[in-house]
Amino acid sequence: MNQHTMKLKIDGIEVECVEGSTILTAAKAIGINIPTLCYLDGLTPYGGCRLCLVEVSGTSKLFPACATPVASGMEVTTQSPKLYEYRKMVLQTLLAERTHICAVCIANDHCELQAIANQHGVDHVFYERNWSSNKIDSTHNFLVIDPNRCILCTRCVRVCDELEGVHTLDLKFRGKNTDVIMDQDEPWVKACSCTSCRKCAKVCPVGAIYIEGENIEYTKDPDVAAFIVERRKRLK
Amino acid sequence: MKDDKRRGLLEKVLKDHGYQESALLEILHGAQEIYGFLDKELLTEIAGVLNLPPSQVYGVATFYSFFKLRKPGEHVVTACLGTACYVKGVEPIIAAIEEEFHLKRGGSTEDGKLSILQTRCIGACAMAPIISIDDVIIGKATKEVVIKHIKQVLGETKAEAV
Ligand code: SF4
Ligand code: SF4
Ligand code: FES
Repeated sequence: MNQHTMKLKIDGIEVECVEGSTILTAAKAIGINIPTLCYLDGLTPYGGCRLCLVEVSGTSKLFPACATPVASGMEVTTQSPKLYEYRKMVLQTLLAERTHICAVCIANDHCELQAIANQHGVDHVFYERNWSSNKIDSTHNFLVIDPNRCILCTRCVRVCDELEGVHTLDLKFRGKNTDVIMDQDEPWVKACSCTSCRKCAKVCPVGAIYIEGENIEYTKDPDVAAFIVERRKRLK
Repeated sequence: MKDDKRRGLLEKVLKDHGYQESALLEILHGAQEIYGFLDKELLTEIAGVLNLPPSQVYGVATFYSFFKLRKPGEHVVTACLGTACYVKGVEPIIAAIEEEFHLKRGGSTEDGKLSILQTRCIGACAMAPIISIDDVIIGKATKEVVIKHIKQVLGETKAEAV
């Protein structure tokens, strides 16, 4: 099978990739790392966090690399002072949106948000912080969700739907009232569609979903999504 | 689930949309028109019929502020939108209530004391336009009479609360 390939330039390097690839995967193929948060290998791109924004020549608009398909002749810039500032801004808004206090978080040192913020020198939040105090749900036998640490990346929603296949999780409301829900906003223990597979806890980039009593270092396993997708190919 | 007549209407809405999950929004609209609000029981049922995850249906229903998930307010004004009532001018009465009490049709006042719903013909066309306030039916309604009555009803609540 011959798939249509196309050529483009990323940070001045020529890349050839198959039609339908995203800028993110094309960049990865040549070893260029674009920061991401909501994106996860193995799950459908969501394009929600805007951390992966890149510049495309010929337009002043920025594009999310994880959700933008490549086009022939495209010239992409993934690193620039403008993008760096922009990403810092995104990180700060994420941190300001809820109650992110690394020092008392279970995911301290094992948090993707914290790591990327560090890489970008974000040690301060210059926006007024919205100290959320949403209720923690620890009704489940071992899974806990603390919405105050959630960045609404929907990784958990997607892994539950696309890989576990039960779609227990979704989002309710919108804007600043948005939250992850189990079934129809039930306490987790009452969400009967949940199989307790823990995939949501494995892929959560922050400390929002975790396993009671387990060192989060062992819980986190964001690669699980790509792993499952790979393994499933054997079934076909 | 609820009474049979409404159930039949819901069934018709579902059927008209071919039980398609892509018609979820239209179906939720229809269901709210029939029941006045969408409670979990109703959403579960719709999710089941469309074979959609309940969390997804709930997510959609809460995304749009148009959808009401809670019971209507303490006092419910129901305006008949049947042909006769419409012709006899129920519309300006609804508009006047909305303006006077700061609420929108299908919704409730912020304090949850008053809601206004619309229904289809209630079968008393000779008395059109018809507005009911809780269990009291006002025939040949005018905005003055209706608003006065609502104020009375709301006033009573206040008196009780003190
Ligand atoms: S444990 Fe598994 S089934 Fe339950 S919510 Fe998380 S991903 Fe979904
Ligand atoms: S709970 Fe975790 S995985 Fe789910 S949306 Fe929030 S941050 Fe993302
Ligand atoms: S990683 Fe691309 S928008 Fe979140």
